[in-house]
Amino acid sequence: MTTLDPDRADPTQLDGAASGAAAGPPGRVEVERATMASRAGAVVALVALVVLATAPLWARTSVLRTLIGFLTLLALASMWNLLAGYAGLVSIGQQAYIGIGAYGLYWLSDSAGLDPFASVPLAALMAAVLSVPIAVLAFRLRGGYFAIGTWVIAEALRLLIANTTQLGGGSGVTITAVSGYDRQTRLYLTYWLAFAVGVGAVALTYLLLRRRLGLALTANRDSETGARSLGVDVYRVKLVVYVVAAFGCALAGAVIYLNLLRIQPDAAFSVNWSAFMIFIVVIGGVGTIEGPIVGAVLFFVVQETLAQYGSWYLILLGLIAVAVALRARHGLWGLVAERTGISLFPVRRRLKLPAPPAAGGSR
Amino acid sequence: MTTANNLVQGLLLGGLYALFATGLSLMFGVMRLVNLAHGDFAILAAFLALVAVDGTGVHPLLTLAVVVPAMFVLGYLLQRGVLNRTVGGDGLAPVLVTFGLSIILQNLLLELFSADSRGLDAGAVEDTSLALGRLNVGWFPLLTLLTGAAVLAGLQLLLARTRLGRALRATSDDPEAAQLVGIDHRHAFAVATGLALATVAIAGIFLGIRTTFSPALGPTRLIFAFEAVIIGGLGSLWGTLAGGMVLGVAQTLGAQVSPGWGVLTGHLVFLAVLAFRPSGLFGKPVTT
Repeated sequence: MTTLDPDRADPTQLDGAASGAAAGPPGRVEVERATMASRAGAVVALVALVVLATAPLWARTSVLRTLIGFLTLLALASMWNLLAGYAGLVSIGQQAYIGIGAYGLYWLSDSAGLDPFASVPLAALMAAVLSVPIAVLAFRLRGGYFAIGTWVIAEALRLLIANTTQLGGGSGVTITAVSGYDRQTRLYLTYWLAFAVGVGAVALTYLLLRRRLGLALTANRDSETGARSLGVDVYRVKLVVYVVAAFGCALAGAVIYLNLLRIQPDAAFSVNWSAFMIFIVVIGGVGTIEGPIVGAVLFFVVQETLAQYGSWYLILLGLIAVAVALRARHGLWGLVAERTGISLFPVRRRLKLPAPPAAGGSR
Repeated sequence: MTTANNLVQGLLLGGLYALFATGLSLMFGVMRLVNLAHGDFAILAAFLALVAVDGTGVHPLLTLAVVVPAMFVLGYLLQRGVLNRTVGGDGLAPVLVTFGLSIILQNLLLELFSADSRGLDAGAVEDTSLALGRLNVGWFPLLTLLTGAAVLAGLQLLLARTRLGRALRATSDDPEAAQLVGIDHRHAFAVATGLALATVAIAGIFLGIRTTFSPALGPTRLIFAFEAVIIGGLGSLWGTLAGGMVLGVAQTLGAQVSPGWGVLTGHLVFLAVLAFRPSGLFGKPVTT
């Protein structure tokens, strides 16, 4: 097994594997994706999944509500990780899609009379459609200016809604369409939606990265010029990721407000959502699939522990995030992976070469 | 007549926005670093001035003499101690670190001074105005615009004529080549950040005199500064002043139509510029 340098996919290795007989050493060359650690990790993950999926059977209402918060935050963080960690798009305006998801849910269910639970994915689709023209504008800016640009767009949307009386203006709206369901059913359905969104976001990231798009993204992350020269349509790849992240954030936003029921523009479009996403991903490990999970757990622990001390938890998380961004580029998970070689979601392709015939390097 | 008056108010407001934008533009120009905590440093300066006024009873404009140098030193140390580690690399770190700083600063100010709105009382200069025909031009907004223009001119001179300016320009063009000819780029970067925070300190104190401020106000100031830079065109100092004026006029005229539409109109003008003239109104056209 090869050593684990930061997860870089090397396209040339793949070519070697595909035409193994021509260039490679004699004997079978295998491309290996799962590792021992990842198989062990899969077992742990499966247990965690079963525990989470059956939560309505064993958890109290307050625990379920906390878990809804955790799972939706995990989804948001995974989407931000996909954007920044893999596509190099550092957005601080993803709250735009949380707000669109929330208001889309209100509009589809309370105004248009659709079933509130069915409205959740439809609201996310609306956000995905809207994200295309937004991307065209925002992609004209790069790096830090792209970050502020996305923020301005979220602010513009917040002010547009705050000035629209049909959507409740600055004081917001309440979703009443859920009153057709009794309390228990509503809570369970909301929980399972949150479960699907949280787990789905992680799974989606994993599946996307295992595909062609994943290779294109990794190539682009390591060198944009290099990726272009290999025929990667960088603009298209980034656009796809941006739209997927918009969809995911809107889905999470709709579920969050299906739980809260009261939507206010200042809260739904608050930049604090971005702060949460960024702190979770940076501390957990940007550019790793496990990072958002680790970060979200840590975020929840810190937030719950320091809840009575006002905003000190944000100051503490900010300090940790700054320190991690300066010192440990791949976050806490990166530190673990470097030392132990564990990877729960292997997206790399490793070559398993047959033993060399005589003395020589093993690789 | 109201429209003409609002037009003048908007142009004068542009002076304040230019003061906010200058430092952002300078840091980006010298080291391609976008400081997302820029607005929060302005608010920090306003609070420092407030502490000085409360403690000694001096006129708020006199606190400039203390707060501006203090902010220069803070900026220098910030760059030397923290931000220099983020320059170069993959571009992720500067955004993450300055965004983290922004959240830390906002919440520290919130814990120290509460969320209440505060103001700096400058006495008569705030209320008196100059009557030009039927137009009323406030002395203080006029002073703000003149200060903004003076700061821009000073910076222009510094960059064009002095040894320090040459070092900054050289570092901006090619940090490695600049090192070869004996320029310490870490020092040059730190001076640029020091200057940026000094100018944004002026902006913060003028803001505090003009209106009230609270710990959460930093991000909107950053956004206005950014909009002024992009509307004016990247890399053009006088374009930034013009961009600030366009933004100021858009906001005052928008607010005249409906009070809720002021800031929003500014955002829409910014988005229109981004859509139809992405290199800004006065910037050089860029490829890509």
